[in-house]
Amino acid sequence: MNDFAPPPVQDAKASFWASLWALANPGRFMSFSARLLPWLWGATLITMAYGLYKGLFVAPADYQQGDSMRIMYIHVPAAWMGMFVYATMTASALGTLVWRHPLADVSQKAAAPIGACFTVICLVTGSFWGKPTWGTWWEWDARMTSVLVLLLIYLGIIALWRAIDEPLRAARAVAIMTLVGAVNLPIIKFSVDWWNTMHQPASVFRKGGPTIHPAMLEPLLVMAVAFSLLFAAIHMVRMQAEIIDRRAERLAMRAAAGEG
Amino acid sequence: MTAPLAFPPVTLTVAGLSCRRGTRLLFSGLDFALEPGTLTTLTGPNGAGKSTMMRIVAGLTPLEDGTVTLSGAGEDREPQSMMHYHGHREALREALTARENLAFATILLGGSAEAVLPALDRLGARRLADLPVRVLSAGQRRRVALARLIAAPRPVWLLDEPLAALDVAGQTLVADLIGAHVRAGGSALVATHQPLGLTGRTLTLGGQS
Amino acid sequence: MIAALRAVLSRELTLASRIGAGVELGIVFFLILISVTPFALGPDQKLLSRLAPALLWLSALLATLLGLDRLLQADEEDGVIDELMMSEAPLELVLAVKALAHWLVTGLPLAVLAPLLGLMLAISPEAMLPLCLSLAIGTPALTFIGLVGAALTVTLRRGGLLLSILVLPLTVPTLIFGIAVVREASVGQPIATPLTLLSAITLIILVLSPFAAAAALRMTRS
Repeated sequence: MNDFAPPPVQDAKASFWASLWALANPGRFMSFSARLLPWLWGATLITMAYGLYKGLFVAPADYQQGDSMRIMYIHVPAAWMGMFVYATMTASALGTLVWRHPLADVSQKAAAPIGACFTVICLVTGSFWGKPTWGTWWEWDARMTSVLVLLLIYLGIIALWRAIDEPLRAARAVAIMTLVGAVNLPIIKFSVDWWNTMHQPASVFRKGGPTIHPAMLEPLLVMAVAFSLLFAAIHMVRMQAEIIDRRAERLAMRAAAGEG
Repeated sequence: MTAPLAFPPVTLTVAGLSCRRGTRLLFSGLDFALEPGTLTTLTGPNGAGKSTMMRIVAGLTPLEDGTVTLSGAGEDREPQSMMHYHGHREALREALTARENLAFATILLGGSAEAVLPALDRLGARRLADLPVRVLSAGQRRRVALARLIAAPRPVWLLDEPLAALDVAGQTLVADLIGAHVRAGGSALVATHQPLGLTGRTLTLGGQS
Repeated sequence: MIAALRAVLSRELTLASRIGAGVELGIVFFLILISVTPFALGPDQKLLSRLAPALLWLSALLATLLGLDRLLQADEEDGVIDELMMSEAPLELVLAVKALAHWLVTGLPLAVLAPLLGLMLAISPEAMLPLCLSLAIGTPALTFIGLVGAALTVTLRRGGLLLSILVLPLTVPTLIFGIAVVREASVGQPIATPLTLLSAITLIILVLSPFAAAAALRMTRS
């Protein structure tokens, strides 16, 4: 892989950026992530176990909905993650287009399916939440609808990745699409909320009720952290896989050209 | 013969240009300059990246590595507005007539509408002016496409296989036009398999990996 | 530069009138969709009347989507996009003018014809002018969003379906407020709020999309 010269570090505060550029070398990223991953998985397991335990067993049940409300501890953090992953993709998109960071496109590509999965988890758990409460498998409330539109945007981005052959061109096209989506998402959220208030006066899927019991807040936040760690771990693994894929591709091309 | 047009003395300098196709490196560290009044012929085997290199220089394909600078044009001129790029695709719409296509190209590229018919004349395509492009042969289309070089004057010409599909008379005509352009102070980079019969430098791409 | 932009506009309109496939097909498609929905829903006037705003808007959306690959595809195949990039006028403005011309030929006729088709769906009379207005303001947004999608998929051979997938989620706000204008009008409510929001969204899209589309053309072609 060719050397990449990072821009000069201006002052100590820029050390974060300097470390980001230091990771720009895929080889260095691979060894760094290989060392970090076991810790990430460990932290993920611990926080996930703690959060699920607190949420599913310890926290109080809702006086109206009973235990079925507990699925909220997966549903709500999943929704947050759907948006957080998109924010990560947006930052990576800027990395590709503006700063030309060599791993930015790998980061983008790795993140997209994970974000899509989180939105699917959110929608499926929302569906399971709604059935005992309202008797229907789907409710067009504001959050579910916004998350559904977010899922559609994710799917479009994944489709765009697969449609363009050359990785660098694909990365730029996806980066532009991601940024266009990022600008539109607040508008979409606003319009869906507006639409929802026009059609339905109240939503049942507010975080467990009109006020959040402190005992409910803790598991929610722990689950949010757990999901974030999970995302970080899976994201890193997928980035590693993508880098290895590209290496294999390069070797195959060299073999074809007869350089062995 | 019409009097040669005077061009501002612009120099197009390419430094450290490299290009990949997929993961294959086509060329790297390419340095050259197109000075006013010079002709550079670009040769090399197929697949060596001649077309890609010209597109990068014209700003049509993103520049990965290296620089392309235009000097002598003044601060506020975009490099692209000082270049003509002529490629394999002739940028002609079949449903429009030759004159309509050329008029659009001319105005788009900063020329004036009065230059359209004289340019067609110069390329020996005057009688084709009001025919729809779809009935024209490949050689005739090439002439109409090249006419915009005359109708909208720009100093730097980047021509990718301009002689393709032309008969011998057409090839001589185009070589004459390039020669006249260079004598008038313009510069030209021409990728071609056929000899132009003009004096100038040769730049060869290819065989590198 | 103005001369160049005017040349782009007149060329687009000339091509549209000469090739013609875009205009009539879009309108016919619009008509077919409206004609077919009663088969799906039943001829109950009250139901059709209630659903009319949505049906008209959805049909306009689909008709617009289908015409979008005409926006840049043919020019890319002929090498005209290259020429547009070498022109005196900035690419962003050139693309905006192309999209405007496209809208004049596809979106505007839909907006004008919609009230007539609305009659077939028993739309209430108070809603007819707001219908026209909401489509006239909303369809440019659809076209300009489509411009970005077209620019991203211009190098793909069968990019039409992918183009629709990319464009549709982004049209949700326009759809929501556009239909709201018509529905509020049908029940006699004031339309100022949804109309203002619809216009604001269209303005934002009109301003931002040429930049995104130009960036896409510059960075993603080979």
